[in-house]
Amino acid sequence: MNLNFKNESFRDDYTFKNSPESIRRFPFPFNEDKYMYSVNMEPHVPAGPAGHAYNNAIDVDEHFVAEMRDRALVLKEDPLRYLALPHMMAAQWDTLELLMENQAASYPEHFTLEKNGDQWHWINRPMGIDQIFTFGDASTLPMEPLEYITRQAQGDFVIVDQRDGQLWCDAGMVTTQADWSLDFDIGMNFHEWHGPVPLAHEIGVFDRALKFLLNLQQGKPVRRLNWTMTINPRLDTSPENYHKWGPDRATVTPENVGNKVHLRCELQTLWRLPRSNAILFVVRCYLIKMEELVTVPKWARRFHRVLRDLPPELVDYKGLTRYRPTTVEWLAKFDDGQPSTPGIYPE
Amino acid sequence: MLVAGIKSRPVYGGLNVDIHARRHLFALEGEGALALLDQLKAVGMDVLKTADILYVASGSKAEDHDRTLAALGADSFWLAPTIPVLLNRFHVMLGQAHMGTCIYVAGTEGFIGQAQQAAMNHGVDPASVHSEHRGSAARRVQCVHCKGITDNVTTSPYTCSACGLSLLVRDHYSRRLGAFQGVCIDAEEPGTAPKPEELFP
Repeated sequence: MNLNFKNESFRDDYTFKNSPESIRRFPFPFNEDKYMYSVNMEPHVPAGPAGHAYNNAIDVDEHFVAEMRDRALVLKEDPLRYLALPHMMAAQWDTLELLMENQAASYPEHFTLEKNGDQWHWINRPMGIDQIFTFGDASTLPMEPLEYITRQAQGDFVIVDQRDGQLWCDAGMVTTQADWSLDFDIGMNFHEWHGPVPLAHEIGVFDRALKFLLNLQQGKPVRRLNWTMTINPRLDTSPENYHKWGPDRATVTPENVGNKVHLRCELQTLWRLPRSNAILFVVRCYLIKMEELVTVPKWARRFHRVLRDLPPELVDYKGLTRYRPTTVEWLAKFDDGQPSTPGIYPE
Repeated sequence: MLVAGIKSRPVYGGLNVDIHARRHLFALEGEGALALLDQLKAVGMDVLKTADILYVASGSKAEDHDRTLAALGADSFWLAPTIPVLLNRFHVMLGQAHMGTCIYVAGTEGFIGQAQQAAMNHGVDPASVHSEHRGSAARRVQCVHCKGITDNVTTSPYTCSACGLSLLVRDHYSRRLGAFQGVCIDAEEPGTAPKPEELFP
């Protein structure tokens, strides 16, 4: 598949938008007309109509080059977005291998990986990178292996170590996050770093998810979708910069909803790593404008109902309070009251 | 007492002196002195023969706990002028400690967090540090925006001592930083921060 990489921005003039094909491949996170937390994990196997974000294990899309440029800008301002505790080096190499192999296998026109023993040759054409290095020898790369490869792969990446029957958030590259801080949470266990999430602890979601993940097997990755909303197509909605993007939430009017309000979907995939026995947690962010979303009638109908009927605790936790009424009112025009078909894919 | 139910906050299980330990290293702050004194009533004075006690009075100067501790006759007792000075000596003593040393920390939460950090930096599993909260519920808070740390925060919101933003104190605690998280409270409408409320007396 030959991708046409776009020149666009996720800050300042916000020129990001989705092509019609990119809209149809969006991983829409609602399979019914209501939403509550659940342990909604399924095997991460190729799925969906041709071109869908589920087609390849590691998805690369038309926003690749622009997203990598935005990541570099974030890291320049705040190097603490990339952190790895010292015992995570084996897991860093595991991650580099997984991302290079998958990107090269699924997108051979854009990426090539040649291996000759531990001498590896990596080519990333869209970014103009050609690197020969020794697998396992960090001194042969310009930076630590996890930072190196996650500057060339879309999504946030967290590596969790497994010990004492717990998972520990011990390394990560986090520049496109929905309001959580790697610098604050690194070193925490699974329950600790999800501490601020309302309701879910009480209904046992994290206990069940932990039990499930501790038994995750190599070669059998799993996925789930999570979501929130973002004003303007801003990837870096970090708590670090909340005082900069927070004011945007007060700028939504009935006239600008369609262009300003975005559904933000996270495709979360979890992979058991072979050498370290750690788990790679990929949090890939997809943005879609309301005016793009309503081009799919099923999604317009369903998202209107989900947003209208969302439990108040979730409205508050996801930070939707200020602009939800305006958005629901705008979406109502696109809800014809018809039943919506099951599943997440477009009709 | 501290607010219960914060998932990320460590549980302070009490000093619980282990009489089988070969040596006992105590780092105590303010009212934390009373945690040791209460323990001695339970386990007797013998443990003091192999005990090193570091103490800083902080807000409890008027209570004269330092004199009480000094009079116990521990193998060593040292009164530090400030928390950073105490932690510096604690760090050196951790580096010289041998197998079989039990580590005890008592005082305000900010002090416990910093002492646990020091222990972690020496490879000690924080779960093996005996800890007990005593004294004020004041919090040590990191500003998530500028990363500046403010000690002894008793209100929410509070003003960041480093960047001046008005910060909501979240019930989210980082053991690695030994601090709670502070997040700008009026980011969405600057200038609308509510009045500080005394939440952590």
